[in-house]
Amino acid sequence: MSKTYYDPADLRKFGKITEWSEELGNKFFDYYGKVFEEGALTAREKSLIALAVAHTEQCPYCIDAYTKDGLQRGITKDQMMEAIHVGAAIKSGATLVHGVQMMNKVDKLEM
Amino acid sequence: MKKSLQARNNDLANTQRQLEILSNGIFKDELPTFANKIKETNQFPLRPKKLEILQINLGYMCNQVCAHCHVDAGPDRKEIMTTETMNQCLDVIRKTDAHTLDLTGGAPEMNPNFRWFVEEASKAGIKDFIVRSNLTIIRANKKYHDLPEFFKKHNVHVVSSMPHWTRGKTDKQRGDGVFDKSIKALQMLNDVGYGMEGSDLKLDLVYNPSGAFLPGDQMALENDFKKALKNDFNINFNSLFAITNLPISRFLDYLIASENYEDYMYALVEAYNPTAVENVMCTNTISISWDGWLFDCDFNQMLNLKVNSKIKHISEYNEALLQNRNIIINQHCYGCTAGAGSSCQGVVA
Repeated sequence: MSKTYYDPADLRKFGKITEWSEELGNKFFDYYGKVFEEGALTAREKSLIALAVAHTEQCPYCIDAYTKDGLQRGITKDQMMEAIHVGAAIKSGATLVHGVQMMNKVDKLEM
Repeated sequence: MKKSLQARNNDLANTQRQLEILSNGIFKDELPTFANKIKETNQFPLRPKKLEILQINLGYMCNQVCAHCHVDAGPDRKEIMTTETMNQCLDVIRKTDAHTLDLTGGAPEMNPNFRWFVEEASKAGIKDFIVRSNLTIIRANKKYHDLPEFFKKHNVHVVSSMPHWTRGKTDKQRGDGVFDKSIKALQMLNDVGYGMEGSDLKLDLVYNPSGAFLPGDQMALENDFKKALKNDFNINFNSLFAITNLPISRFLDYLIASENYEDYMYALVEAYNPTAVENVMCTNTISISWDGWLFDCDFNQMLNLKVNSKIKHISEYNEALLQNRNIIINQHCYGCTAGAGSSCQGVVA
């Protein structure tokens, strides 16, 4: 048994999830593949969105996968970092905007 | 400047050692060998189709020492084709059925008889006459400054390496200052008409990923290159060929040293595309080394895997006999069948 929760080699085994639930697994991968095709957004734009979300979700597999995907698409380091900052800004903004709730509650509770 | 594996006495300068690595490890029990993989689709043994391209390596000497170079080329490599072998090549060029002649190296221009050879070869009336130029050679020394004019005079199709449209990525792979010199050389080629709209002078660029990852979509990369080079430097070119780095020589050394070898091989095997096998370049190419030996492709040349034929040297060239051979394969061949495939002319599927 692995001594860590995450093993980089497990990313290669992602496709195996279909073995324990073929129909749902296949539906997921069909959907996943379709999502990342060229559409109203380019495959490149989608790759950058995926990279940003990979970071906000803090998924090490997704970070590995979409960093490599970005390099393959010729996406530059500064473009990748900017995308991550977008994710970080939303994540921190989402935290901070709850400060309004705190302020509302304080205002309600204090005399 | 860095040195070649050979000059560093690196273990991998020995081609047998490279083949041992490619034949063992993960290919013993985890991943299928290339032979077994193509057997699944009844494509074994791999056989030549119509010969279309003669690719001649004029020598391993180069003014650059690129990190990914499958030739292990550099200034310290002294292997250069002699005029005797060039004359043997010219005899073949005059009678071959191949429509494309492809000169490569090293930097082919550094062969002291390069211009004489091009002049003689161009008289043979080959339809597409390619010279693979690393661009910086045009700026390396005054004696090379007129190469664009020389190429134009002989209607040479120039194919040049350009790993990225940014300075950082280019210089990291090919050496400091390479980007600026390449840009200047491209502008010089444009100035004489190469790559320009309405011109017959063809200028294509070759993109190799600068690291342990596969090339993305060739057309998307071409659009990015065209847009960036036009906007930033007013440079024009015809097509971009996206070529996968094969796990041999200096790139293999890099993969192992950076602990990326296994992941890279997995990526190549996962991206295996049986359709690409149909059109891999070894099925329509003969590669000739600086000393006249014959190979299925430039990669097999660098692994010293001579053709599996009674005819092994340019001095005994017989196209009909050569075409009746089995192509020699090993795990590096996965590099040419990944995704949309990869050849010296870019994607194949």
